[in-house]
Amino acid sequence: MSLLSVEHVSRSFRGLKAVDDVSFTVEEGHIQGIIGPNGAGKTTLFNLVAGAIRPDTGTVHLDGRDITGFAPHRVSRAGMSRTFQLMRPFGSVSVLENVAVAAMAAGTSRHDADRLAADVVERVGISKWRDAQSSSLPTAGLKRLELARALACRPRVLLLDEVLAGLVPSERTPVMELLEALRREDGVTLVFVEHIMTAVMRLSDSVLVLDQGRVLTSGSPQEVTSDPRVIEAYLGEEPTDAAS
Amino acid sequence: MSAATQERSTEEAVLPRPAWGRHLIVLAVLTVLLIPLPLILPPATQAVAVRVLIFAIMAVGWNIMSGFGGMFSFGHAAYFGLGAYTSVWLLVNHGVSPWIGMVAGMVVAALFGVVVGFLALRYRLKGAYFALSTFAFAEMLRLLAINSDFVNRAVGYNVPLRREFSLAFMQFAPGAPEYFWIALFLTVVAIAVSILFLRSKLGRFTIAVRDDEEAAAAVGVPVMRTKILTIALSAAITSVAGAFYTQYYFFIDPEGAFGPSVSIQAILPAVIGGVGTIWGPAIGALVLGPLNDITATLLRNPPEALSFLQGRAGLDVIVYALLLILIVLLLPQGVYGAIRERVRRR
Amino acid sequence: MSRPEGSGPPDAGTASVEELGDSTAESPSSAPSTTRRRPTWALPAIAVGVVAAAVLLAYLRSGSTEVVGQAVVTGILVGGVYGLVAMGLTLIFGVLDIVNFAHGAFLTVALYITVIIVNRFGVYPMFALVVAVPVMFLLGAAIQRFVLAGAIGKPLENQLLITLGLALLIDNLLLLFFGPNPQSVKLPGDTAVPILGAVTTVSRLLAFGVALVLAALLYVLLRRTRLGTAIRAVAANDSGAQLVGIDTRRIYMTTFAIGTACAGAAGVLVAPLVTIEPTTGELFNIIAFVVVVLGGMGNVVGALVGGVLIGLTEQLGALLLPGQSPLLSIFLVFILVLLFRPQGLFGRTS
Repeated sequence: MSLLSVEHVSRSFRGLKAVDDVSFTVEEGHIQGIIGPNGAGKTTLFNLVAGAIRPDTGTVHLDGRDITGFAPHRVSRAGMSRTFQLMRPFGSVSVLENVAVAAMAAGTSRHDADRLAADVVERVGISKWRDAQSSSLPTAGLKRLELARALACRPRVLLLDEVLAGLVPSERTPVMELLEALRREDGVTLVFVEHIMTAVMRLSDSVLVLDQGRVLTSGSPQEVTSDPRVIEAYLGEEPTDAAS
Repeated sequence: MSAATQERSTEEAVLPRPAWGRHLIVLAVLTVLLIPLPLILPPATQAVAVRVLIFAIMAVGWNIMSGFGGMFSFGHAAYFGLGAYTSVWLLVNHGVSPWIGMVAGMVVAALFGVVVGFLALRYRLKGAYFALSTFAFAEMLRLLAINSDFVNRAVGYNVPLRREFSLAFMQFAPGAPEYFWIALFLTVVAIAVSILFLRSKLGRFTIAVRDDEEAAAAVGVPVMRTKILTIALSAAITSVAGAFYTQYYFFIDPEGAFGPSVSIQAILPAVIGGVGTIWGPAIGALVLGPLNDITATLLRNPPEALSFLQGRAGLDVIVYALLLILIVLLLPQGVYGAIRERVRRR
Repeated sequence: MSRPEGSGPPDAGTASVEELGDSTAESPSSAPSTTRRRPTWALPAIAVGVVAAAVLLAYLRSGSTEVVGQAVVTGILVGGVYGLVAMGLTLIFGVLDIVNFAHGAFLTVALYITVIIVNRFGVYPMFALVVAVPVMFLLGAAIQRFVLAGAIGKPLENQLLITLGLALLIDNLLLLFFGPNPQSVKLPGDTAVPILGAVTTVSRLLAFGVALVLAALLYVLLRRTRLGTAIRAVAANDSGAQLVGIDTRRIYMTTFAIGTACAGAAGVLVAPLVTIEPTTGELFNIIAFVVVVLGGMGNVVGALVGGVLIGLTEQLGALLLPGQSPLLSIFLVFILVLLFRPQGLFGRTS
């Protein structure tokens, strides 16, 4: 049985279908990429899976358990964490505290939370900012903080919302290596929405392509990027990633 | 730690590790220093000191939900008044000791806070709407009290005088140091609770929710529960001030319990001292308490130049209001908050 | 921070969850969904229905059509003035995003101005408008420019606190200078006037009439003049307005001044109808807030309609809940609106 199973989810806003009958499954330990041109509904789909919005129809199952319509904090407790595209740190407290709060929310005791948080902070590579006020971090640091917070919840599935956006190429590589290491060493299953094709090609085991709210196709990165329909859907798009 | 310090760029602000132990020690030391105070001070100043402590308790309570929780309350008089009325009603109608009445008042206030919080948060009232609704709830209590025989309508209650002074019934000779010591005890407990609150899971969740509610939910923080518990704690602490106030002044009525001026007295010390800090409310209370006294004296015996002030009311609130406006404009972090920032950046 | 997602169908992930209205499973039934489409006549129909039901209940309670009729007429007349006060308040909120707790205090200032003018110079009270409105306008402008401007861009709480401080300051300055004793202003020739089967006074009719005229003038100002268009632009999008060359700071000042002038005008109009004390304005303040929430914060037309509805609530409430303060029924409505339709009857528009 798949770890994450999204079945026939749809969601409309004021009569406009943002997500239309989308289904996909993710096996444990796999990395699933989701791509699509602007306005394809990627972020809406993401939010539907993460529990930030309720689907009009369809279900989301995590490890066999129906989590459709769960409030975000319940989704987190069920074992699925997410990051935010626009970084949302707890600005008034330190990086360590940000991660410690996430750990405690996931059930770690107050006693152990700081230590666990320090470990995660180290793992993610932001130890140098451990005691800094999180609102003062640069973008690269904030992105990793998002990751650290999500990891502190010890998730089975990690949902990443354009985790590489806003990073310059030299900052991206370490993050990609980190994600690979997470899958390899910690067995974390990843689902990520991304625009940057190099990342998608490199990281994904399987890619889902959305267009106008519907699934256009899905398959391996090579299959998908050589599919003429996918190329056409992207035609006329501003290239978001000049270097490949 | 030192290797990491060198790597860190100079721009990132470093927060000191929370030093709860240190705060508690400071509190203990202050308490010990303050205990002999009533034996040194003249009775008139003692009364001011007690007033300062009452303000402090109210403000510490307010600060929990509005400062740490970010949920600005304009109707904290509701909790003050519920504490006052619950304890005095139990005393007058059933002869219950005000200590027990105080606890009962805390329960009632906390429950009311839970209801208000649940209604407001379930319907996602934020910011100005939330503040307005808290104000409305307090006003409703005031109007209900005025028109309700159950609590003596607008007449209010007088605390019955006892023949002997007693600790169990919180009644002593006028100007007795016991009043100060009880107020001090309550204030110290309130501040200690606020320190422990910040250290606890609930407190840390509350701050996270204040900083970013959606992100907090996304990492698993139960937002609704956190907010409601915070409101309940805030209500309970403030209600203690109401119960004590009634015992000390021997009287309570709807205006003095639920009126807007009470709500403002809960807000002002925290704003002056620093909203969202541990010591801010107490420091603000220290500023506000004597102000009241100074202006009252000024009105009784004004200097030559201000002789027209003789016998007129309103000057104390004018001073409060000016202070409020100036502090918010010039020193929005409050006195303690500003000092803390300076120290941190050095 | 550039975001790759461009325009396209409303992509809910980027909007705040609150705006969606239909969301998390915290509670069994979620708050009203924005996807449900209601016919535009539904809400006014509901409001009319509720009013009709209240009238019916009042009739059953009091047993007399005259009493109910009187309540309705008085309610509407009183409501007109409430509407004028609320229009000023809602305008300020719509443009400056400030919840002006000092609005009632400004009204009180106008009351005392009227007292001085009438009792010192023996002038017909309505003419005090000529003095009060410009004075209040200037006062509002000065306060916005020198006090409130410092809080722009700061957190909401700062503004709330400042206007709260101003309210206290003004009320107590009035207390200090005029003393607590109630004063009054008489309208010469204030006789009873029969209208629509009920009885009212000249002063009340005049207040209603002039309030409507002023409200209409304000509406015309907002819709038909360049200043009004600039104000509406700033209300809708102040950074956008800046980009097209509107001096937003001047607009803030002017709008606050206009709002304060509305409160001032209302003060003059009600002067013959109330006892004048330093705290009189506070009552109008509370009522204005309820009206603004009911009508939709920032919605000027909504404020006028809301004012009339609240006037009716006050009068009918006195019949339905005898012995209780009429404020109680107003507060009940307030809580109900906050709970079930916080955006008000008309929602936010300017």
